[in-house]
Amino acid sequence: MTVLNNEKTISIYNNSSNPKAYPPGKHVLTGNQSAAIGAFLCGVQVIAAYPITPQSPVVEELSKFVEDGELSAEFVPVESEHSAMGVCIGASIAGARVFTATSANGLAYMCEQLHWASGSRLPIVMGCVNRAMAAPWSVLNDQQDSMSQRDAGWIQLFCRDNQEIIDTVIQAYRIAEKVYLPVMVCYDGYILSHTVMPLEVPDENKVKKFLPPYIPHTPIDINNPVNINPVTLGEPRYNANGVLCHGYMEHKYLHHKALRDSLNIIEEVDSEYKDTFGRSAGGLFSLYKTDDAEVVIVCAGSLSKMNILVVDMLREQNIPIGLVSLRSYRPFPNQKLSAALKNKKLILTIDKSLSYGYQGPICIDVKSCLFEAGISSIVISFIAGLGGRDIKPYEIAETAYDYWNKFLNNELNSENIYESQWINCKY
Amino acid sequence: MTSILELPVDEYMLPGNRSCAGCGLGIGLRYILKALEGKCVMTVPASCLTVLGGMYPVSSVSVPWINSVFPGTAAMASGVAAGLKALKKEDITVLAMAGDGGTYDIGIQALSGAAERNANFLFICYDNEAYMNTGTQRSGATPKGVKTTTTPIIGKMHSPKDMGQIMEAHRIPYVATTCVSYPTDLYDKVKKAREIYGLRYIHLCVPCPSGWQYDPQNTVTIGQLAVETGAVVLYEIENGVFRLTGRSRRLAKDGKLKPLTEYLSAQKRFGNISSDTLEELQEYINKRWEEFISKDKTLFE
Repeated sequence: MTVLNNEKTISIYNNSSNPKAYPPGKHVLTGNQSAAIGAFLCGVQVIAAYPITPQSPVVEELSKFVEDGELSAEFVPVESEHSAMGVCIGASIAGARVFTATSANGLAYMCEQLHWASGSRLPIVMGCVNRAMAAPWSVLNDQQDSMSQRDAGWIQLFCRDNQEIIDTVIQAYRIAEKVYLPVMVCYDGYILSHTVMPLEVPDENKVKKFLPPYIPHTPIDINNPVNINPVTLGEPRYNANGVLCHGYMEHKYLHHKALRDSLNIIEEVDSEYKDTFGRSAGGLFSLYKTDDAEVVIVCAGSLSKMNILVVDMLREQNIPIGLVSLRSYRPFPNQKLSAALKNKKLILTIDKSLSYGYQGPICIDVKSCLFEAGISSIVISFIAGLGGRDIKPYEIAETAYDYWNKFLNNELNSENIYESQWINCKY
Repeated sequence: MTSILELPVDEYMLPGNRSCAGCGLGIGLRYILKALEGKCVMTVPASCLTVLGGMYPVSSVSVPWINSVFPGTAAMASGVAAGLKALKKEDITVLAMAGDGGTYDIGIQALSGAAERNANFLFICYDNEAYMNTGTQRSGATPKGVKTTTTPIIGKMHSPKDMGQIMEAHRIPYVATTCVSYPTDLYDKVKKAREIYGLRYIHLCVPCPSGWQYDPQNTVTIGQLAVETGAVVLYEIENGVFRLTGRSRRLAKDGKLKPLTEYLSAQKRFGNISSDTLEELQEYINKRWEEFISKDKTLFE
């Protein structure tokens, strides 16, 4: 990536230090505060957002930074999420580093803009504070919102705790601006967004060094005018200089390729982050006690953190269990994940969302990548925690214990292999 | 007022574009870009203008042009303006240009929000009074009685919104109406709007030969008839002060409107309008004309 090291480009960072209330070091913060401080430290220049529970405190915090002059950014209080993403797209094209955040129906309302943002290859970073999709109304947590936007061409990273939120926001800009793709930083509503946890706030000077200035791929220049995103036909066409230019399909291939290539970038950036700040935010996925495991739980988000406890509980009972915490859901790390799941006999995926009419999205993708790798482990789809239904460690532990014994006793039949199993559903 | 001989000779529309023969929009865009001296960045939703702009990888204009989702023209313009401000590049005018569907109907929410925030861009609604790009379906701007492809037999049964009044109610610094048949009126208004900070709204009447069903050579005449019959009234509201302009001002001072039938009978889209509807439209235009005249306190100064 080109890095311009002259003073002029560095001066786009108008802030010279951390927010006054959040100097570098240990703090006890909510997930929403972490996301807001992360955006602050990245020197965002335009913020556009519309309030929705449980996202609202992110932008409340950011608007406070802007109003009291600590953050020199344009805060655009839009009239809808559709416009929030529209403003982000416009500002990002203009060359500004942008941030927004939303949840659930707000994310769904943005849907066409999400495709527009990724198709335009804009490095927009958005916090997605995971919340259940209505109807019926629910403001509580599950992951149906971001999972429903799986195919919008964004990078989707899931955070396990509040430290990972601030770290992932910072990494997200680095990744996004390197591959020119938007990044959705997904974290569970309430469980993380409204829960305080101790975490380390990075030093802004270090963030500046980690994150070079944003250079748009197609700058707005009246002396070199460009028509951005005009109608593009299926077949390549010649331009006025006789050069054959891409058709729609080539653009989409490049978009997809950038997403696939970002698998390496996500890992590289996380490892560089670890070198700079002393901690990883989870790479593509993280493993817990999987080396000698025969049964493995796969899940994403805050549930992964809780499942560390579950694994420890079951290990005490001599169950050979391990845990895979997915951080990068799109791009999906199929090759590395199938390598990590090789030789595992039983895989229990837990989704806080559902591809209605089939199974949990994580389960579907895990099965697909195992099939590619010729691995024929038994994979079972568990659905849990929809619409804020509490998930307790013992419920997961009992379920895993139960299914491991069923496996050992050859009791896993078509009923519990082909249909998703609903944990703690009282129907 | 700028005379036609004083208009800049520089052209920002390139030879050849994809608009229909006799398209009023091409005329309009040409003078808009002259007034801005090409120092603008456009945001454009799915519309006739997208088609006019050309297909990748060729373009028919020589200014930066950003396409937008259909409802999002004003939001994207708002974002471009905020981005340029953050980067201290405010010498470029942000020009949002949407059709009547992209303004009255699907685009009104983003536009209303941007107007309430007084976002710093010029929004031009080019009004050809239906969804022409998708094949002449009725819009919130289609006049009552008009045959469209979605009002194919009895004609549209509802009166259009008054978008000028809607924007006036947002108390933005500048609202104007104009028509492509009066290029200097259009030029002067864009030029004036260019110098104003905040959201500026210009309503541009754009006759459409294919949708309005008249001979393409008559675009200018049809636009003139629209103004001379009072179907379209040229005015501007600058910081709350209303004044009629151009041909409408002259008609208000020392002339009178032509009968509406002269305008309607020149287009086949009004082909089977009932005498009741015609009477109703004429009455509405007379009443609105009187209102405009009494609203203009500068007329007889």
